[in-house]
Amino acid sequence: MSSQVSKIRVEAVSKIFGPHPKKALKMLADGADKETIHSKTGMTVGVHEASFDIHVGEIFVIMGLSGSGKSTMVRMLNRLIEPTSGAIYVDGDNVATMNDQQLRQLRRKKMGMVFQSFALMPHLSVLDNAAFGLEMSGMPKPERHERALQALAQVGLDGYANSFPRELSGGMQQRVGLARGLAVNPDVLLMDEAFSALDPLIRTEMQDELLKLQARAQRTIVFISHDLDEAMRIGDRIAIMEGGRVVQVGTPEEILQQPADDYVRAFFRGVDPTNILTAGDIARDTQVTVIRHQGEGPRAALQRLISQDRAYGYVLDSERQLKGVVSTDSLKELIDSEGGKDLSPAFLEQARAVTASDSMQDILPEITAHPWPIPVVNADGRYLGVISKNLFLRTLHRGQQETAQAEAEAHSEKVIS
Amino acid sequence: MRLLNFDEQRIPLDDWIQSGVDWLVYNYRDLFQFIKVPIEKTLEGLQWLFDITPPSLLILLLALAAWRYAGKRVAVFTILTLLLIGYLGLWEETLVTLSMVICAVLFCALVGIPLGILAGRSDRFQVLLRPFLDAMQTTPAFVYLVPVVMLFSIGTVSGVLATIVFALPPIVRLTSLGIRQVHPELVEAALAFGATPWQVLRKVQFPLALPSVMAGLNQTIMMALSMVVIAALIGAGGLGGPVVQGLNTLEIGLATIGGLAIVLLAMILDRITQGMGQPRRSN
Repeated sequence: MSSQVSKIRVEAVSKIFGPHPKKALKMLADGADKETIHSKTGMTVGVHEASFDIHVGEIFVIMGLSGSGKSTMVRMLNRLIEPTSGAIYVDGDNVATMNDQQLRQLRRKKMGMVFQSFALMPHLSVLDNAAFGLEMSGMPKPERHERALQALAQVGLDGYANSFPRELSGGMQQRVGLARGLAVNPDVLLMDEAFSALDPLIRTEMQDELLKLQARAQRTIVFISHDLDEAMRIGDRIAIMEGGRVVQVGTPEEILQQPADDYVRAFFRGVDPTNILTAGDIARDTQVTVIRHQGEGPRAALQRLISQDRAYGYVLDSERQLKGVVSTDSLKELIDSEGGKDLSPAFLEQARAVTASDSMQDILPEITAHPWPIPVVNADGRYLGVISKNLFLRTLHRGQQETAQAEAEAHSEKVIS
Repeated sequence: MRLLNFDEQRIPLDDWIQSGVDWLVYNYRDLFQFIKVPIEKTLEGLQWLFDITPPSLLILLLALAAWRYAGKRVAVFTILTLLLIGYLGLWEETLVTLSMVICAVLFCALVGIPLGILAGRSDRFQVLLRPFLDAMQTTPAFVYLVPVVMLFSIGTVSGVLATIVFALPPIVRLTSLGIRQVHPELVEAALAFGATPWQVLRKVQFPLALPSVMAGLNQTIMMALSMVVIAALIGAGGLGGPVVQGLNTLEIGLATIGGLAIVLLAMILDRITQGMGQPRRSN
């Protein structure tokens, strides 16, 4: 997805809010923590020694709870907030040392921004809002309107050019915000909790929209979020911030598998009752075709998977004992090679079942390691259902209520024999 | 022994001010007369304009403005009211008052809106400006009428000057308030797209502050009208004339119709300018 060329390089950037930032920096260097500095001097450490690279064309998510410094961090990238120390290179130019003129050029040409509160101009039409960035750089009206209209078309709002922001729903308003960011055709798009103010359904829709736009034109997107689900969904890489420090940077899988510290781990624990929920609680049996082991050959099994539009099948015997997992590919191979009735040569070697009593944390490595939904069995080896990545993340995030619902659904079993 | 002896120990501030003003008058009267010139020219221009406009056309124009900004009922009210004033024999005085008010408000806007913008964008300037605005609003006009007369002599222009001093604060305050009420995230968004400070003001802050600025303008007009009678005391013409004359000679009827005309004129101007402040519906 992303090449490894650095677009933005953040080097040891700190931000202190208060009258004597140098003093606070020195205290930090001497090992004082955020709380001590605040209680002794009244100054706030916004960001402390943050360093990371953002690659060309990737969606880089900065995640953290409120107060972790993520909004301050993104505002330092285009210097809406002045860094106290450190350097920020965009295409090799240090933003921290730019003069006003250079900074304005950077903001006008290279960086678009989308805000949590939308921040649309209430006195301007949707078209003029989308054209706002172009207007700032002095583009004549017909030209900027044309480009704004194209940007609105990209987000599906070209029919609303003459409306005013207050006449649109929240989701549509943020599309205008997105169009405003896109209209200047920036290399970098900064999105500060851009979808957090939207309700969950619209939020997912906007995430899809963003991924779609990203598939068409590879921009570098810096996305701020406090939402784990969102970060995992859209992020190519994620930086996790805590108390002003960047505690971990990596792909979603890396972070899931090897959380750098307890804070990162707590991110999962915090949003999810993992200690209460077990694999058996969340497994679902509605999603996947189940094939009985005896009496059905690979061709019939493959046919069933294709007709159900599934990539993986779970093979059971008459006692509902799990025998193995097959994929459409492994079945095809088996058919091509010889074609006996036995399915076992098509079993995926690495596929392993987890038991119903395993906690969600226990099954995490298994979930992230393989593309297929992980089968769940009870203590006697009886098949109960599967857990997909998607289901796992949703359960992590939404907690128990939805799980109860999932369980109810799981009762409507559909065993094909 | 008495610690505080107010009878014998006294700060002679009044004497200092007296000699200060005397000194100003003695040395700089020419300069102050020179300050009068732009106001004088504007006033003359306005009066000339009103003189060549036939009353019927003027009533029609005001009614049209009322219709556009405040609706049909206010337009009808405007026509009837102006006709009444005309038939009361106060047309000439009304024109003088109108040109005085317009002139004063023009200068108030010219000075007050920039001051308000500065105060809206700078806390320090706001704090600095505040006591002056308080003083201008609360000092009884009679207190500064005498120095004004000494420096600028009597007449309509001096009346306008005193009016400007009195009517300036609301437009400064409400402009500042309007600028301050613009959501900071809108300013931030403008900056994020590379706006210069001037662009932030012109494209975001001022347009969004406009309803508040118009409310300030409306208040300034009202206060300017309330100064009409006081200005008449220092020889300014207009609707204050009949009131002052009526009070001096105990002609209650004359004073009352003068007062009535002021109130009616105030109502017309208030409704029209209030209408201007409302955000227009989008087409």
